[in-house]
Amino acid sequence: MGWLARVYVTPKTGVLDPQGKAVQHSLHALGYPEVEDVRIGKYLELRLVDVSRESAEVRLQKMCEQLLANRVIEDYRFEIDAIGTS
Amino acid sequence: MRWAVVTFPGSNDDAQTAYVLEHLLGETVVRAWHKDASVDAVDCIVLPGGFAYGDYLRCGAVARFAPIMRAVERFAAGGGVVLGICNGFQILCEAGLLPGALIRNRELDFLCRRVHVRVEDADTLFTNRCRRGDVLDLPVKHGEGCYVADEATLQALEAGRQIVLRYSDAGGRVTPEANPNGSLGAIAGVRNARGNVFGLMPHPEHACEWLVGGEDGRKIFLSIIAAAGGALDPASAPTSSKVLSGP
Repeated sequence: MGWLARVYVTPKTGVLDPQGKAVQHSLHALGYPEVEDVRIGKYLELRLVDVSRESAEVRLQKMCEQLLANRVIEDYRFEIDAIGTS
Repeated sequence: MRWAVVTFPGSNDDAQTAYVLEHLLGETVVRAWHKDASVDAVDCIVLPGGFAYGDYLRCGAVARFAPIMRAVERFAAGGGVVLGICNGFQILCEAGLLPGALIRNRELDFLCRRVHVRVEDADTLFTNRCRRGDVLDLPVKHGEGCYVADEATLQALEAGRQIVLRYSDAGGRVTPEANPNGSLGAIAGVRNARGNVFGLMPHPEHACEWLVGGEDGRKIFLSIIAAAGGALDPASAPTSSKVLSGP
């Protein structure tokens, strides 16, 4: 028994996201004028074992603060689901 | 003076930096490896350009946890002089030794060209051989050189005179066109509040001899040398091994 953590790291509101802007322009050019904004971030999957759900949440937050996100420019959130370990 | 040049896996300006210091400026250089837990007694530590740890996750994000960085942090905390060039600047920001962060260039392109930067403050350990308003001609080569910081940080940088270099045109005018990567406030180099840690995106080590197109980069290294010379006890200052001309 373990956990699958899905971590989403996104550029903070107000931080320039040139990749998002380029994709938005591309979508407009392809005929999707309804796209008002695109923000590109990162998606990480972490498999966690030998840890309680409560501890996993606390430790994931530390991982995000320490390494996975740079809080100067990025926000993060995560979800945790139970999985069977192989 | 004695310098340490750090090599991370993926550093690629470490040899050039050591070459400039040793062969062009006659300095003593020790090479430090990312796994080293300490650095020999030196006067300045340089974190060179490159792509440390492949720039995985974010530029500098993994490198900042290398064992050598504990030593760099201790050195800086004790007032030691630290210079971060390009990737080294990114690592210093990730480590929290400098404020702000460096993100993807505004136009998404990798820049490899010469730029002009204006010296905003000549009263620093890193620019004392310049005059305020001097324009330096230096190369940049980076994909993530767009300096960002929140409004409060930017105000603190301005108030504390921590902005050392700004991108400008050849005449020293800071214009949107002269800003190559979209950096906030056209910031090309900042120092910490204490004044002993400096990071810049342009490469002074690639502009130290006319063979490669210019010598403006020398001013940064010579400033550090001048500052260290001023601080040293004359009785203990080394008197030999100064080679002022190149090979």
